[in-house]
Amino acid sequence: MAFAGAKIIQPLTVHASATRSPDPFTNNKSTSLSSPFLGSTRTLTLTRSVSPFTQRRSASTVVAVSDVVKEKKVKATSNLLLTKEEGLEVYEDMYLGRAFEDMCAQMYYRGKMFGFVHLYNGQEAVSSGFIKLLKKEDSVVSTYRDHVHALSKGVPARAVMSELFGKKTGCCRGQGGSMHMFSAEHNVLGGFAFIGEGIPVATGAAFTSKYKREVLKEDDCDHVTLAFFGDGTANNGQFFECLNMAALWKLPIIFVVENNLWAIGMSHLRATSDPEIWKKGPAFGMPGIHVDGMDVLKVREVAKEAIGRARRGEGPTLVECETYRFRGHSLADPDELRDPAEKAHYAKRDPITQFKKYLIESKLATEADLKAIEKKIDEVVEDAVEFADESPAPSRSQLLENVFADPRGFGIGPDGKYRCEDPKFTEGTAQV
Amino acid sequence: MLGTIRQKAVAARSLSSQVLENDLMRLRSVASVMRHYSAGTKEMTVRDALNSALDEEMAADPSVFVMGEEVGEYQGAYKITKGLLDKYGPERVVDTPITEAGFAGIGVGSAYHGLRPVVEFMTFNFSMQAIDHIINSAAKSNYMSAGQINVPIVFRGPNGPAAGVGAQHSQCYGAWYGSVPGLKVLVPYSSEDARGLLKAAIRDPDPVVFLENELLYGESFPVSAEALNSSFCLPIGKAKIEREGKDITITAFSKMAAEILEKDGISAEVINLRSIRPLDRATINASVRKTNRLVTVEEGFPQHGIGAEICASVVEDSFGYLDAPVERIAGADVPTPYAANLERMAFPQIEDIVRAARRVCYRKSSIAASA
Repeated sequence: MAFAGAKIIQPLTVHASATRSPDPFTNNKSTSLSSPFLGSTRTLTLTRSVSPFTQRRSASTVVAVSDVVKEKKVKATSNLLLTKEEGLEVYEDMYLGRAFEDMCAQMYYRGKMFGFVHLYNGQEAVSSGFIKLLKKEDSVVSTYRDHVHALSKGVPARAVMSELFGKKTGCCRGQGGSMHMFSAEHNVLGGFAFIGEGIPVATGAAFTSKYKREVLKEDDCDHVTLAFFGDGTANNGQFFECLNMAALWKLPIIFVVENNLWAIGMSHLRATSDPEIWKKGPAFGMPGIHVDGMDVLKVREVAKEAIGRARRGEGPTLVECETYRFRGHSLADPDELRDPAEKAHYAKRDPITQFKKYLIESKLATEADLKAIEKKIDEVVEDAVEFADESPAPSRSQLLENVFADPRGFGIGPDGKYRCEDPKFTEGTAQV
Repeated sequence: MLGTIRQKAVAARSLSSQVLENDLMRLRSVASVMRHYSAGTKEMTVRDALNSALDEEMAADPSVFVMGEEVGEYQGAYKITKGLLDKYGPERVVDTPITEAGFAGIGVGSAYHGLRPVVEFMTFNFSMQAIDHIINSAAKSNYMSAGQINVPIVFRGPNGPAAGVGAQHSQCYGAWYGSVPGLKVLVPYSSEDARGLLKAAIRDPDPVVFLENELLYGESFPVSAEALNSSFCLPIGKAKIEREGKDITITAFSKMAAEILEKDGISAEVINLRSIRPLDRATINASVRKTNRLVTVEEGFPQHGIGAEICASVVEDSFGYLDAPVERIAGADVPTPYAANLERMAFPQIEDIVRAARRVCYRKSSIAASA
């Protein structure tokens, strides 16, 4: 049983053929500390006597992915994982995410930003690793931790910052806020406060892609959708409902779990009967991949395969990215429950510093190139703050706008135009 | 029953008995209820009306699709989607697993990208499993995105009590959905309502909650030639005066409209609301200003119900015109019991409405004076 299970959960075939390891349970490399997946540093006394979590983490199915990448890295520079342009693009995107979020924290404590603000520091590899491979027509759906997803997808920093300040020039004219980033132009479909709520919406966007191809006969429609959510969401009912339907209908969607091990103050290990989220994929008939979410190159490799699968119509994939958030759940979270040793461990594995090191060591970029990018981004963020500061607050009349797309709420007439546009239609009291 | 009412009415009323006689004669001469609204040539059940509306809208626009439990191969749990699978295929008539939250969300996600889903809930009681999507991702999205993303989705299904289906299958959701900005809530009564409002809902760029009634599905109503036209649709947010009257205004919707038209003794102006959100306050107030008395009728729970909203709106706009306090008739404030006699008592019956109408008419002074 275990062997059959292991075969299904092998990583995607392209790599697996080169590095398919025999049964993980016989070829069990020691629970070596060199495994990048340390997980929580807490010692658990409650769940199991021998935590299979840490044991299985060294299983070759998991190591296979990082091994492949390591092998590739060790080989000659002619076989690099990305080109210089791609490398600089990814670095710029990651640095933008970090600089932007740090600025958000500053602005919050100065009172310019308010309400619930959830920062993405530490998780940039996931956003940049995945979103930089997408086309403009592909869709991204996220949770409340959505600033960086919006930025990676192409929403201008000015628009996001203004939205956070609650100004009229924000991407949602100040009506959405931190947790509700929408951009029709860049296909960022939210920004949802309820965890798990974005997953069915993302599945619907993927459904549209398939519908357009099959019913509306737009044969070249191969748009994919990415749904980002956390470890806490992986216990929610809507997640399972969508895994089922996405696999059933072979929808072009990738479920990206940003497992940062903590749901506010609830450790993932305390909340989940089987903490290995990637295993939930095969239970529904799709591949489940586990990847080190602090390493943007590994994330990018996995993302390429998963997105390729979806574009070819082979169906959904579940990718669990083990990552970490350097700050608390939100800016209101005192973050007292997490072990400082754990935080220190992950701080040493900062995805941006790791990637910078890689770029320099593999001679893809010089120190100067990267410094130039950093300077440019710092200016972009400063400019965004200035712009947001100087922008006006929404006007009073904006309060009642946009409740309906229909201007007066009377619906559409037989001629296809809005009824309220017909001068003969008597005015009612529908105040929208 | 009509006889008894008439005697009491004649004895106690201050209105001219001649007017009363005329009213009753009109009533008696028409065996079935008076239906002014069409020079009816053809009769159609509500079920067929809904089916034909779906069929025509799906034929006209390839982005319209139907999704729900048993809508395809089973031909619809209540046969509303009968024949659609054969005509349009499984990509457009999608049978789903039992996952209301999931498929309602999928509908919303597809609507974000411009498709026009019609999501069926087997009953609206099951919509509670999907209510997060109806409200948070459908109703609020146009506002949160400042008009960038509108959601042209229709959530439809039977609402309110059926017969003996128990507490968890009998709730009316009009009041809950009617309080959410960003939703349109429609409640058809007759076949013409059903056809016209469903077509309007499917064409509408905003999320619509379409509350049908299971017991009305099999009822036949005459439909005019105009209503049978495939481009026919009714305006949203406009109520219909089913019958004009002088003495009191009775507002009702869905199945209750039928009950009102059956009873009488008093010249009631009966308003078929058709649309709970937007609510046609203008029509209701104009009618109350004419009759000076109001009875609201609904099947849902009384507290925070639709009658409460109508009462407040009339007090706000037409207080000086009221000759008596507004009477609310609603379902009993209990989860619906199963036993047939108890269930009957839990929902407004004709006698209740008649009694309320009389109370409203006989009260000469306000509550303060009599208290």
